[in-house]
Amino acid sequence: MKPTPRPPHLFLRFFRWYCNPQLLRHIEGDLIEIFHERVTQQGARRASRQFMIDVLLLFRPGIVRPLSLQQTLTPGYMWKTNMTLAWRNLLKGRGYSFINISGLAVGIAVAMLIGLWVTDELSFDHHFTNHERLMQVMMRQSNQGKTYTGVVIAPNVSGPLRTEYRDKIESVALVGWNVDHIVADGDKKLVSEGIWAEATLPDMLTLEMVHGSRQALRDPSTMLICRSLAQALYGDINPVGKLLRLDDSQELTIGGVYQDLPNNTSFGATRFMLPWENKHNWITGVTTWDDHVCSLVVQLAEGVDRAQLSDQIKTIPTAHIPDWREEIMLYPMERLHLYGDFNESGVQDGGRIEFVWLFGTIGAFVLLLACINFMNLSTARSEKRAKEVGIRKTIGSVRRQLISQFLTESIVTAFSALLVALILVQLSLPSFNTLAGKRIILPWGDLNFWMATLGFTLLTGVLAGSYPAFYLSSFKPVKVLKGTFNVGRLASAPRRVLVVVQFTVSITLIICTVVVFQQIQFTKDRPAGYNRNGLISVPIRTPALGKQFDAVRHELLQTGVVENLAQSSQSAASFGNNTGIEWRGKDPDEVIFFFNVTISPEFGETIQWKVKEGRDFSRATPADSSAVIVNVRAAEIMNLQPSPIGEVIKHGDQEYTIIGVVDNMVTQTPYEPLKPAIFFMRGWMGTITIRLNPQVPVQEALAKIAPIFNKYNPSAPFDYRFVDDLYADQLEAEQRIGTLSGIFAGLAIFISCLGLFGLSSFVAERRTKEIGIRKILGATITNLWHLLSKEFVVLVVISWLLAIPLSAYYMYDWLKQFPYRITLSWTTFALAALGVMALTLMTVSYQAIRASLAKPVNSLRSE
Amino acid sequence: MKKYQLGEFEEIVMLTVGVLYNEAYGVSVKKEIETRLSRKVSMGALHTALKRLEDKGYLRSFEGEATEERAGRPKKYLQITALGKRAMEYTRSTREELWNAIPKIAFKISG
Repeated sequence: MKPTPRPPHLFLRFFRWYCNPQLLRHIEGDLIEIFHERVTQQGARRASRQFMIDVLLLFRPGIVRPLSLQQTLTPGYMWKTNMTLAWRNLLKGRGYSFINISGLAVGIAVAMLIGLWVTDELSFDHHFTNHERLMQVMMRQSNQGKTYTGVVIAPNVSGPLRTEYRDKIESVALVGWNVDHIVADGDKKLVSEGIWAEATLPDMLTLEMVHGSRQALRDPSTMLICRSLAQALYGDINPVGKLLRLDDSQELTIGGVYQDLPNNTSFGATRFMLPWENKHNWITGVTTWDDHVCSLVVQLAEGVDRAQLSDQIKTIPTAHIPDWREEIMLYPMERLHLYGDFNESGVQDGGRIEFVWLFGTIGAFVLLLACINFMNLSTARSEKRAKEVGIRKTIGSVRRQLISQFLTESIVTAFSALLVALILVQLSLPSFNTLAGKRIILPWGDLNFWMATLGFTLLTGVLAGSYPAFYLSSFKPVKVLKGTFNVGRLASAPRRVLVVVQFTVSITLIICTVVVFQQIQFTKDRPAGYNRNGLISVPIRTPALGKQFDAVRHELLQTGVVENLAQSSQSAASFGNNTGIEWRGKDPDEVIFFFNVTISPEFGETIQWKVKEGRDFSRATPADSSAVIVNVRAAEIMNLQPSPIGEVIKHGDQEYTIIGVVDNMVTQTPYEPLKPAIFFMRGWMGTITIRLNPQVPVQEALAKIAPIFNKYNPSAPFDYRFVDDLYADQLEAEQRIGTLSGIFAGLAIFISCLGLFGLSSFVAERRTKEIGIRKILGATITNLWHLLSKEFVVLVVISWLLAIPLSAYYMYDWLKQFPYRITLSWTTFALAALGVMALTLMTVSYQAIRASLAKPVNSLRSE
Repeated sequence: MKKYQLGEFEEIVMLTVGVLYNEAYGVSVKKEIETRLSRKVSMGALHTALKRLEDKGYLRSFEGEATEERAGRPKKYLQITALGKRAMEYTRSTREELWNAIPKIAFKISG
């Protein structure tokens, strides 16, 4: 017998899916009836085809199910009820709400701070109106396969740019470096950073003038000062036309006052601009092609292609320099800050952008942790509310109402957290700014900021609320109320995964922080080759001090608070000035730069360096003016056998005899390998280094030193730095990363533990009855504690196992950039793990022990 | 102002429901229209019209028996309500008025 034909199943199902439930049964009946009729009249195939057509034609408004079956009569009221309910639920579970809100608030606050910081970094140098056309001219030197790229330029290269490329380059400005100068108006003396700049610069930077004109620098005797400096010197009056004494050597007229440039620009620290053509600007005296002394900024004409022009001007300096290959290139000024590092093949490679990424990632992770907390706690708590859902549904709530209620609750929580976060950010911004070296403020009036913040908060609220909203609201009331419903093991699986993610991130951050601090400490403890303790350095900024050094020295020694003092070109913490020298047997093609330091004969004694071979300079030997001392590294490079002592080297046109070899000293960034250095006795002196008498308290000593400096150098304030501070300055970047990542790691673990605390208390609460029964049956507190803590401890162990390879990989990578570095040790990982484990146990045990101490009578009696 | 809204197809459906009296449900209405007016009626069009008429209150329905050929799905029988009757009368009278208003000469069409 042929089976009775059936209507096409797929189409019938499709129809059932879309059809309005109220109409479904009748229409389905009609469809089937007609189908059977057609089968007998026209055959099964045609009937089926007709059926499909009917189903498709029925898909039209009126038949298709409406999106919502209910009609809301009072939408505003529902909204109000939801808010009230959300508020009540928040208050009901005060502890949870506190954990939830504070955890999320900390997360949002961290993300916000980092977000502000990242924005600040990314908009570096975008302040200038023509920022897209401002280019830094950079120099590239290649020698023996290695390329050095830098912003220091020989002023000569600007010549051809001004003449031959006038149609493509609108303006050219040579700019000096930000250097401390003394500006004085009568008795008011200030040390401020300023630059020598060509008259075109203010126009290129589109300085906003408060008084005077941008063109003021055309006159070699007028200067521009920023508003805050004008305020400090003159108050609110217009200072244009007044005279300022500069470095006690000349007087300049103030030609204009400009609005301070934002901190996140290349000239953020510059407080005044000095006219380039002034006779005191030593850079104007530099005329050779191989003297790299200043920086060069150009503004391209509209529509000029940078890459093309950069290629055209590339070889301007090449022909003038015989010893190595030198080229120049144009690099966008706004990119220099973030993408300013170039590798040895001259290709752009990293820079500050790496920190932006690093902190951006950290911020995102901290926020992620906070969101995970929020989600875990809301879902865990919502399981307790399954009964509530059941009753609500029985009474007549429909799914949509439940969804909107749960969502409202979590969104209200998220926005409370945002409020707290905003307060936290506002309060912590000042200290964050100090830490990060920024001047960031909360952009209260910025629309984008608000859109991002509110959007994000809404998203968090919806995401965290989505699980209870969509999962719980789907429960069948019968099951829930009968008690056959079981949330089961599966429901807590995602929560466990999230906890593992949290702790993996936290432990990784902690290990990284520890390693960073170890590296910093390691470099701080690097043998310096001299004694930094009790050394202060005073810069020589006025001619008066340099000329009267002998008198100053005499008088200082007489006070008894000073053990010794000496002059040198740079402070011992920051040698510089690279020089090439010639020696016997040198490979003529090789270019090696030596630190070139001028010192007075007492310098070695003052800083307490160690003479390895030969002897130190001596005032008593006049011939020493043509003698040099080299360090061990330099001696190794020159490799003069049998001994470097007595050998003659050539520097410039002069010949010098090596009289001594001293121990290597860490004199620049302490991460670098040691560099060769040569010490001369004649030359320019920039610093006085003083060794204080260790028997005298520092404050007392300084109090006696200051008057002597003021007496011999009345035009400059007594300004000194401790050499170990100067040395520490060079660790600043790493110190900053260390401190910041330490704070963030701390917050991360705080947030994670907060979440764990909430979860464990939730678990303990849910198992009160079980614990009660176990106690009656004879379980000890240790048993119960073990029972309740085990789950979490296992999770932390898993996270730890994940975090080790992760952090080891990243830290190995990070450490690679330092030639002088620590080796990763297992103890670091073990200690971090132990610490986190202890913290976890403490967090979890509190709840576990509290639950197991409770009297079983209480928990079992209440129903 | 339109007092009663009744489209052309809706009117036909109402009339057919009247014709079928107690036997009016989806399939029978469809067949009746198809035979009497010899035009194809799709299930989609018919059921949308029925629903619209029910929503307007011109038709009311009650559930009937479930037969085997309908795989146990009940029939939905339709009845004209008082409001429905008035709507039909209104439509009819407006038609009449229009017919009567046509001057005789208008029908004297050549050819």
